[in-house]
Parts: sequence; C-alpha cells; structure tokens
Amino acid sequence: MKILLITEQREGQWNKLTFEALAAAQQIASEAKASLSAVVIGKGVASLADELAGWQISEVLLADHDLLEKYTPDGFSLALRQVIESAKPDLVLSPHTYQVRDFAPNLAASLGKSMIADCTGFRHENGKLIFVRQMFQGRAAADVRFTGEPPWFASLQAGAFRADSAAKHPGGKAPVKTIAIELKPDQIRTTPLEMFREAKQSVDLAQAQILVSIGRGIRGPENIPLAEKLAKLLGGELCASRPVCDEGWLPMDRQVGSSGQTVAPKLYLALGISGAIQHMVGMKGARAIAAINKDPHAPIFEVADYGVVGDLFEIVPALIEELEKAGSAK
Amino acid sequence: MKIGVCIKQVPAKDAPLAIAVESAWIREPDVTFETNEPDGFALEEALRLKEKHGGEVTAISMGPERAKQALKEALAKGADRAIHIAADDFSKLDPLASARSLAAAIQAENFDLLLTGLQSDDQGFGQTGVLLAELLGWPHAAIVMQIEAAAGRLKVKRELEAGWFQWIELSLPAVLTIQSGINKPRYATLKGIMAAKKKEIATVERASLGVPDAPTQRVERIYVPQKTKKTEFITGQPQEIAAKLLEKLRHEARVL
Repeated sequence: MKILLITEQREGQWNKLTFEALAAAQQIASEAKASLSAVVIGKGVASLADELAGWQISEVLLADHDLLEKYTPDGFSLALRQVIESAKPDLVLSPHTYQVRDFAPNLAASLGKSMIADCTGFRHENGKLIFVRQMFQGRAAADVRFTGEPPWFASLQAGAFRADSAAKHPGGKAPVKTIAIELKPDQIRTTPLEMFREAKQSVDLAQAQILVSIGRGIRGPENIPLAEKLAKLLGGELCASRPVCDEGWLPMDRQVGSSGQTVAPKLYLALGISGAIQHMVGMKGARAIAAINKDPHAPIFEVADYGVVGDLFEIVPALIEELEKAGSAK
Repeated sequence: MKIGVCIKQVPAKDAPLAIAVESAWIREPDVTFETNEPDGFALEEALRLKEKHGGEVTAISMGPERAKQALKEALAKGADRAIHIAADDFSKLDPLASARSLAAAIQAENFDLLLTGLQSDDQGFGQTGVLLAELLGWPHAAIVMQIEAAAGRLKVKRELEAGWFQWIELSLPAVLTIQSGINKPRYATLKGIMAAKKKEIATVERASLGVPDAPTQRVERIYVPQKTKKTEFITGQPQEIAAKLLEKLRHEARVL
C-alpha cells in the first residue's frame, strides 16, 4: 500500500496540524507495512520540502508553481490531482484544517471519491483499515471504512494525534522529488485577497492559568456577570464557546475552539458547554477540566476530570458563596 | 439573483439520541428532528441577498417525508418555493452520492448562487457544498462569514483558523458554504406561516435522478464513544457539590 500525506504551510510556516497528521500517517504506514510519501505544495517551498525530508518518510514530493503562491481551492485541487496521478497512492491523508475543508472534497470528487473527514482514530481489522470519526456533534462515534477502488481520502482531526510522536528519519534524509505541475491562470476561478485578523486580541487566553468558560447553557447576556464573578474569585479569565460569541454575549476574542484560541490552562471550568468537537480541540489540553452541565450525556464529560450533572444556576452561586466564605476566613 | 439553499433535517440537539446498533443509524421514531443549525444561517443569508438584490430563494432538502417539515419552515421564513428530494435511504448515502443527487436536482434550476451550511450536526461530513461545486463545475468558497454581491461577482469573507479571515472574489454561479454566526436568523411570522401554505413544495424521487450511488465509504457501526478520561462525578446538594468540587480542585488536582 502507498500512502500520501498532504502537508500544509502558509507563507513558509508549517501549519502545526501537519505534524499531528504525519504522526498518524507514520503509524498507519507502519501497521499496514505501507510506504509513506508527503507532498509540500506552494511557491518557493523547496526548503520546507528539504526540512520535511528529515522525518521518517520514504519520499517527499514537491509541488511548486507560481500559481500556488497563494492558496486557492482550484489551484491546490488541480495541482494535487496531478501529484496523485503521478504518485498513485492508495490512501491520501491530510490534517482536517480549514484549508483542507475548502479543497479536499473538491479534489476527491474530481476523482470520483469522497473523504472520510475529521477522523479521531484508526485501526486495522481483518486486513481492513477502519477510521473512527464523531457523529451527532460528538454524541456518537462511528467506524467507517472505504469501499470501492483507491485512491481513498481521509482527514485527521486537530488534537487527535500527538505531533511529538512523529518520528525523525532514522538515518539521513528522504529523497525529494519534484512533480511538474501544469496550471494556467484561467483555471483558477477565485481571487484571494489579503488575510487579516478581525478582533484585536485584547486578552491572551493562552496565558491564563484558570479559565471559566461558558456555553449556550448560560442562556443570555444577563447571566454573564454570574460567570464573571466566579472567574474573578478564582483569579481567572472568562471565555466562551462559539455560540456565546456568535450571539454577541462575549467579544470574539474570548472564544475558545478551532475558530478561536487554543488554551491549556491549569484549570478549565466549563459551564453549560455541551462540548462540540470544534470547542474541545481548543481546550482539551487543559491540565484539569471540570464541567457543569445538565445533560449527563454531554460530550464535555468525556474529557472532564470532574463532572457535575446539574443546573449551573444552582451550582455557580454555591461555588461563589464557598469562595467568598474562604476569602473572608483568610 | 436565483438562489438555492440546501437544508438538512437532523436530530434535535437537545433531545436524547437513540442509537440503533443494528442499522448503524438511529431509531428515527424515537428521535425528534429539526433544521440543521448551519443551514438556518445559510437560509437567512439567502433571504437577505434576495431582499437586497431581488430574485428568488428556493429551499432544497433531501430525506424521507419528514424532511418536508424543514422545507415548510424555510417557506414560512420567506423562501419562495421548495424542492423535496424524496429519499428514504438518505441516511445510508455517502457524501458523494448525496451530493450527486442534489446536483442532479439542482442542474435544471439555473441558480446563480447555491448556499449550504458548512456541515450537518448529525453526520458532520462537512463536504456537501464543496462536492456540489465540483459536480456542478462552479467555483466555491467554504466557511463564509460575509457576502457582498455586485455585478455578477461576489466578494466573500472566509474564516481561516485562529481568528484569521480572508476576502475572496469569485464569479457567479458559485457555491458558498456558510459558517454559523454569519447572521441572526429570523423567526417565522404568523403571516409567513400562513403564506407558506400556498407555496409549492415540488417532490422529486431520488431514485428517478439516475445517480450512481456505489458508495465510496461506509459506516460500519455507530456507538457511544468510549471515554478517554475517567470522570469523577460529584453529586449532592448544590452547596455540598460546591464544597466538594473546590476541595478536589485544591487538594487532588492542585490547580487552585
């Protein structure tokens, strides 16, 4: 079996999910006794290809073209299709980044395929490769396998695999092979403009040791002061899951998750957060996670060290009272 | 502008989920359904574009008979007409077969713009919109947070990771997948609900579309996820819970 990993870089900087996907790809390759190649795509990215060759990979493929300088779904899809036609992999893996979500289904469909997206795990069963992915917003897991002829496409969820388990090349470097890419300007139908950040990051949640985080369960902006008070008494910052920021109850720069900040505090106290995948990838690295939620089946409890099934509007005032009592006793 | 919006009906977020191990799906009679939340944002965006630029909004949903409820709600909110792609086997289709079926029904419509939510809250493949773009031969942009339309062209704001955004220009016809939070979806008014009763829901049998549905992937099994962590549940009266939780955080986890 041949495996191809699609790596991701922007302006010469690796997307760090590339190395999580690399670790997973190495493990699949080793279990399946498959060869693993990895493609670097962009303009002027030969040095990144050279860097990648230092990892345990059989071959690095370089797809370098002037029209790949800025990401476009047409450019990347067409170029990667040429890479796939040249390298003929059975399995094409990629990190499940926002960019992959934009082009990979397109690439797969152009070859008559779909992708097993956002996988959290894999295993070999009776010689077949099974991928595990979440369904129903993390309330269920599914074992999924490919049917039909290769190439097969799968993407790997952020945070599901450990980048630090990716192995370096045992001796020397993997060869780098340049793939000739043919692209014409009129094949690229979208024009990308400048990238920018919207919310000025007035709080750096990544630096906070204690985070009190609120989700939909907070019900409305009128209840924010309650959570704020708890955060203050604990000496932490207040943050939220996406719906709270979408509603405008808290500013966007306090959002934790794949579209917001990634945090790793000592304590993450989740109030009324169900634990959608997009939220959990941003916080599951916390040293201790405590969750209060009225739904005992909320996915947040899968990552929580301490769980309280109950009404946050009863528990939070009790916590505040306890903390105030302790404070005044000092 | 003729706008199509793909809408999926999914199990309600807050209702219990009855997993049916034998069918690798859910026991549908035991589940309540609602409109997929991201698709609600896509519909709202379509209605706003129509209000600004004129035209027509068509809601499209595939699924069993129950999916018509999602279309009725879209009509009540202001969609002009609806297409139901009747498919009792919808939950068994892989992303490509779903997209091929939608594309076959959409091809005849001459839409200028097709909107979808960025993913469904049930299967969460997150591919339908982008697959549709390839199958229809249209340009696309995924995870869109703002749309500006002028003179046959679109300027859209795409969300990237970690708080970054990017404006993209593309020509029509095009497919956009809409990110949650792009707008505040409206509620149906009583007047809208009454008006919807007179609007058309055209039904197309998926089987009549002649779409190959040899799957490219298959769900073998669904199950309640195994916990990766052992969660210690704290029970009691609120005051007891508060005291116990703080005690654990201070002396066991040592994070306070």
